[in-house]
Amino acid sequence: MAEQIVTGYKKWLENIGEQGVFFTRFVGNVFNGSFEWSEFVRQCYEIGYRSLMLVGITAFIMGMVLILQLRPSLLELGAESMLPRTLSISLIREIGPVITAIICAGKIASSIGAELGSMKVTEQIDAMEVSGANPIQYLVVTRILATSFMVPLLALTGDAIGLLGGYLALTFTDSISFSLYFHKCIAALDFTDFIPAFIKTIFFGFAIGFVGCYKGYHSDKGTESVGLAANSAVVTASLWIFVIDAIAVQITSLLFYR
Amino acid sequence: METFINNNGENGAMEDIVVEISHIKKAFGVNEVLKDISVCVKRSENVVVLGKSGQGKSVTIQCIVGLLTPDEGSVKVFGKEVSEMSDAELKDLRTKVGFLFQSGALYDSMTVRENLEFPLTRVLKIKDQKEIDKRVEEVLDGVGLLDAVDKLPCDLSGGMRKRVGLARTMIVKPEIMLYDEPTTGLDPITSREISELILHMQKRYKTTSIIITHDMECAKITADRVLIMNDGMYIAEGSFDELKNSEDIKIKAFFNETT
Ligand SMILES: Nc1ncnc2c1ncn2[C@@H]1O[C@H](COP(=O)(O)OP(=O)(O)OP(=O)(O)O)[C@@H](O)[C@H]1O
Ligand SMILES: [Mg+2]
Repeated sequence: MAEQIVTGYKKWLENIGEQGVFFTRFVGNVFNGSFEWSEFVRQCYEIGYRSLMLVGITAFIMGMVLILQLRPSLLELGAESMLPRTLSISLIREIGPVITAIICAGKIASSIGAELGSMKVTEQIDAMEVSGANPIQYLVVTRILATSFMVPLLALTGDAIGLLGGYLALTFTDSISFSLYFHKCIAALDFTDFIPAFIKTIFFGFAIGFVGCYKGYHSDKGTESVGLAANSAVVTASLWIFVIDAIAVQITSLLFYR
Repeated sequence: METFINNNGENGAMEDIVVEISHIKKAFGVNEVLKDISVCVKRSENVVVLGKSGQGKSVTIQCIVGLLTPDEGSVKVFGKEVSEMSDAELKDLRTKVGFLFQSGALYDSMTVRENLEFPLTRVLKIKDQKEIDKRVEEVLDGVGLLDAVDKLPCDLSGGMRKRVGLARTMIVKPEIMLYDEPTTGLDPITSREISELILHMQKRYKTTSIIITHDMECAKITADRVLIMNDGMYIAEGSFDELKNSEDIKIKAFFNETT
């Protein structure tokens, strides 16, 4: 029993060390050598294309549901007119970024994990390395930067679509013009709502790309390890998203929300 | 057939050894794969390695390019110890050594053309598109796959993939070629063509080759020297005909077994 704990602990430490090495290799390759622009653009397109629909639908529903759920409570307080404001703050600060990131973890981290995992298993990564090309530069740097770039964009899109969903739900019961609704939403927001949330999504994107690449790149040889890599990429990336979120909220409340 | 026993003994004095493996051992956990492997390969020599499946032939050549590191012993390529090379040196070495994977290892998100262009643009950093096209065409012609140039690897047969892998390795014209079963899974006619291509590479570009194979025809065509591997060690060495006519039971069994 004690032995198991010790070996488990050792493995965990080893894993962290390996991730550290992987991170250094990533950083070293970002600032060194030729950047693979075309692969980067291709990845950005893939990521956007793969997730936009899902992010859009989820955000739309989230906006609607939030309005429907918040309405009775605010009605009770007689603060019905606060609905757009409440929605936009919760959506922009928290729900938009986190929902988008979780969806991207499921969609993108898993597919990166599976893709690199299968490249590892079928010796494509070895082949690239042996040919003298740089697989980290071609495969890893492009993917991590692409997720770090695209997840924030997707989150912004999600925010906007969520607000639309909220408007639709509001029109079920209230008669409010779109421009008034939108004005109320925007007026409620401050840079201190917007900027920290945006920065947070960059980290979410980084975590998704990094975890996906790490899990795929370090998967064992054997077909079942591809599935394993994809699976643990999703789980780990999701976990990271919540950890980053918890840290981010501490920092922003220290700095801004006094 | 005597022609295959060429430049073995006579050039030995002014040795120009490009790969020198001495006493390497390699184990994966409890599985001792390589027990004591030593071999020297001279410039523009074709060495064929024969051996039963799972004997560690692939592991040996992976040690030469630094994909695996032996537990003990030394691997020197062009006179330099592989395990002590810096990243830059290793990269430089790898541009001079071609490696054909047993599986072909084609990049499956790229077309055949992109697969072949990859080492040209990423490793040799050739910018001239005309030069690239010329080389792609030349090398694809060599393996007889000109019309597959825009296909994706998933649309190719196993044998075709193997040949594209071969083309991708040959396109950079490496000084040393490591072939892991270049003809396995090919029909006899294509096999023979591939074997002749290997021979042609040696004659034309003075390429040094290590060829792992189970295909006796290929061994016969390409080999200057044959090594037989068994149980993590080399048990015999000589020209193809010498070994074939050997009286040693182990060697005989091997030839009867595989032909
Ligand atoms: N990366 C690895 N990790 C663990 N074990 C390995 C690894 N590579 C090879 N082995 C083991 O080493 C042994 C030799 O493998 P190798 O691929 O070198 O055989 P081989 O002689 O090339 O056989 P074949 O003719 O079938 O290709 C096998 O038992 C294999 O399980
Ligand atoms: Mg093998």
